Amino acid sequence: MTATALLALLPVIAVAGASVVAMLAIAFRRHGGLAYAVTLLGLALSLALLPLSLSREPVAVTGLLRIDAYALLFGGAAAGAALFVAVLCHAYFRQREREEIYILLLTATLGGMLLAASTHFAMLFLGLEILSVSLFPLIAFRSRHRASLEAGIKYLILSGISSALLLFGIGLVYSATGTLWLAETGSITDPVLLVGTLMVIAGLGFKLSLVPFHMWTPDVYEGAPAPIAAFIATVSKASVFAMLVRLWSSHGAHHDHRLLALLSVIAAASILFGNLLALLQSNLKRMLGYSSVAHMGYALAAFISGSVLETAMLPESVTFYLLAYIVTNLAAFGTVSVLSGTAGECDRFEHYRGLFWKSPGPAIALTASLLSLAGIPLTIGFIGKFYVFATGTDAGLWALLAAVVVGSGIGLYFYLRVIWTLLEPVADEFPAESAGGAAKPALALLVLLVLAGGLFPEPVLKVIREIAKSLT
Amino acid sequence: MMLFWLIAVPLLGGAACWGSERVLGRGAATLALVVLALETLLFASLPPHAGDGGGWLMQLAWPWIPRFGIGFHLALDGISYLLVALTLLLGFMAVGCSWPEIDRHRGLYYLNVLWTLAGTIGVFLAIDLFLFFFFWEVMLVPMYFLISIWGHENRAYAAMKFFIFTQVSGLLMLIAILALVFCLEHSSGMLSFDYLDLLGQRLDAGTARWIMLGFFVAFTVKLPAVPFHTWLPDAHTQAPTGGSVLLAGVLLKTGAYGLLRFAIPLFPEAAREFAPAAMGLGVVGILYGAKLAFAQTDLKRLIAYTSVSHMGFVLVGAYAFNAYGFQGAVMTMLAHGISAAALFMLAGALQCRLHTRDMGRMGGFWTAAPRFGGVALFFSLAALGLPGLGNFIGEFLVLLGGFRSNIALTAAAALGLVLAPVYSLHVVQRVFHGAAAASLPADLRASELALLAVLMTAAVALGIRPQPFLDLSKPALAGASLIPESRRAAAGAKPEQVGAVGAEGTQGFGGGGRGAVR
Repeated sequence: MTATALLALLPVIAVAGASVVAMLAIAFRRHGGLAYAVTLLGLALSLALLPLSLSREPVAVTGLLRIDAYALLFGGAAAGAALFVAVLCHAYFRQREREEIYILLLTATLGGMLLAASTHFAMLFLGLEILSVSLFPLIAFRSRHRASLEAGIKYLILSGISSALLLFGIGLVYSATGTLWLAETGSITDPVLLVGTLMVIAGLGFKLSLVPFHMWTPDVYEGAPAPIAAFIATVSKASVFAMLVRLWSSHGAHHDHRLLALLSVIAAASILFGNLLALLQSNLKRMLGYSSVAHMGYALAAFISGSVLETAMLPESVTFYLLAYIVTNLAAFGTVSVLSGTAGECDRFEHYRGLFWKSPGPAIALTASLLSLAGIPLTIGFIGKFYVFATGTDAGLWALLAAVVVGSGIGLYFYLRVIWTLLEPVADEFPAESAGGAAKPALALLVLLVLAGGLFPEPVLKVIREIAKSLT
Repeated sequence: MMLFWLIAVPLLGGAACWGSERVLGRGAATLALVVLALETLLFASLPPHAGDGGGWLMQLAWPWIPRFGIGFHLALDGISYLLVALTLLLGFMAVGCSWPEIDRHRGLYYLNVLWTLAGTIGVFLAIDLFLFFFFWEVMLVPMYFLISIWGHENRAYAAMKFFIFTQVSGLLMLIAILALVFCLEHSSGMLSFDYLDLLGQRLDAGTARWIMLGFFVAFTVKLPAVPFHTWLPDAHTQAPTGGSVLLAGVLLKTGAYGLLRFAIPLFPEAAREFAPAAMGLGVVGILYGAKLAFAQTDLKRLIAYTSVSHMGFVLVGAYAFNAYGFQGAVMTMLAHGISAAALFMLAGALQCRLHTRDMGRMGGFWTAAPRFGGVALFFSLAALGLPGLGNFIGEFLVLLGGFRSNIALTAAAALGLVLAPVYSLHVVQRVFHGAAAASLPADLRASELALLAVLMTAAVALGIRPQPFLDLSKPALAGASLIPESRRAAAGAKPEQVGAVGAEGTQGFGGGGRGAVR
């Protein structure tokens, strides 16, 4: 490994190093606040080192990783999101803060960063497993709550199955192509390769909770502590999707019409079922869970349209969509988290009745993020939706666009219903305990990002466009 | 820069209203009025006449999202000038009539009113299609809050329906906009959302038809035209008075404006081909809206259906494809904005006093509230198209234009003029004549009367002196090549004829007491 490679890898090393330091610190002194400080420092250091790596990119590290602007963008997003989640965790677990949360959070982030940079199936699998294994205990962290434990077990089993599928798929791809590098395979004629690719898609579909692999999502979101749900919804999904884009553009599978047709069906089904099932929920976290199913469907729609267009539009639109999705969902789950604590989660709709009059700050944050999820202008979610529509229209995929329009219409109903609940007269059945510390300012910053991204997207678009061009 | 401030002032002012809610209390309304006054001053400083050609009075172009060729491009022409003026006028009305009605969260209320106004002004000024869509959607949000926080008993349903109808149809428009933009990109390599770039683009007939339909659906939902009108009675009925005034007076006009600005000029051939269908929808709206209005017992619901009926005239006029039709559509927009807003203010004042909108519980109000009755009669007459008032000019021009392009449909549309007196006078009879109801309302207060007097003046001005308004909208219509610019052509002869119409109206009204304005 050269010095350049090491330098380029520094942001990843910072996160890994922080987890080690936090672990060692436990040996000397058990203190939640200390681990929190180490985590914040590690993640901040990782973010601070990004420009240094950017000046070196693109660098191939050991043949398994490729540190380029694309990987750094998603790595940075993961680290930033983890920073926010750590702040939320600190407020959420204020009574019983444990060092393990932060260590697991760091390793999960590490997994996400590696995923976005992987160019080899082995690294892909490793990254995915580092991420998933760290998430099992995190989800079950409220160990006195049945729902939390149930969610942890559920995620453990289903994640295990999906990893097995993925591994089997990788094996089949290897037997057909003879390489584990993500390389151009050309058109898929070999049935073994086809089956392998399908199994890889199914395995990743689980992680992305695309229909029909979405069953775990609402239960896990509901059971997991709110900050962890924020992490699963954003970092875990976005890194897997980012990796999928890299895999797809190097694999050459986008030439295959059968695969595209299959993905279109998956996307349309995710959009429609996700939105329809979200309609039936009375729990905000479950609703956001189903809404994330639908949102992965929208992202997949942009992905398919981009594949048809065969331009840099594919990484560009998906990348922007994912960034918008990360910011918006962090704000949404962040609000839930700020209002909740280990004692009780504030996640049923009735908890939010009249919140706007009781504590306007979190209510505005939730309103902004829900409008962003619904894709209303002024918010970053709208620009994301705009990308979906733009790529879809340019590619002429009218049926898929029809699904997006119908899905958005249904989606509007349940997002607005929550906003409506916020505006109802105050009900005092649930005294919203709100977190102190840095959680609220951090939430305010995210809301600003949601609005700024919707009003002045150009700087971000410019960066993403450059990155997208370099990727293809 | 002036155009930017036209949008920014209400936005900032609205924020100030909310921010100072605790301090000001009831004074929030005064602050809102001050903001509106400032806005009006700003507007009054704009030149009402074009200096150069093209019909644009003023433009402002800033780059916004160059990645997609999107600019912050605002422009003012005669039509938008008139509609912004209408928006400001009704903004005053909406704030004024909310004074007694709104008793909670006043600052937030005026924030939403002012932001709705800002969004609407943005819609009228934006000529970048992305920016237009942006404002088109953004103005829904404050309106949603207006209905869902300060609305009446069934507000949740109404607000939701309003938002979903407009948003989903808006998405169809977004797809149409994108399709149009990509057509331009494929043919010329230029990615631009600018109206001026997209105007005059040659499209093949099939594509143009589909894209035009996307725009048409979005605009007719907002207009509204049958069969997309079902959101309107609910939204209007449940909204607070100020909200109803803005909805009927201004928001519906954005749909009509969209047709005149985008749906027709961007796709002249496709629109012409589609004209019989559009006029047919307009006629169905006129007759069906009138019939439903007659069947209502809820006062606000009734007025809402009359809006469906009147906006049908706009559709007929816009798709008649001649100068009379277009001018008539613009006049109808202005006149209906004024008369519908006034009627909603009256209905709101009644509801505020009686706590009911049910006409079954009204009757014989004239003796208890003669001023109320007189004003209501005036605006009912305006709505039914009495010569001398603005609505007559608009509807007459629409029918004149429509007759030249489609005799059968126009004949059917003219039946609307017969049905309008039926429902209008029916209301006046039910509410103000007959046996006195159990509870009688107090008469109009001086402040209410003053507001309504302004609208009465405007309605009379439109009715007996329409020429300045027609002169303002004409270059704009010519600029969008809706009417030929040449003075020798059909439109060239128009001013005299229209002047004659105005004169007739004056005589019909009985003497024309007002002299020449200019």
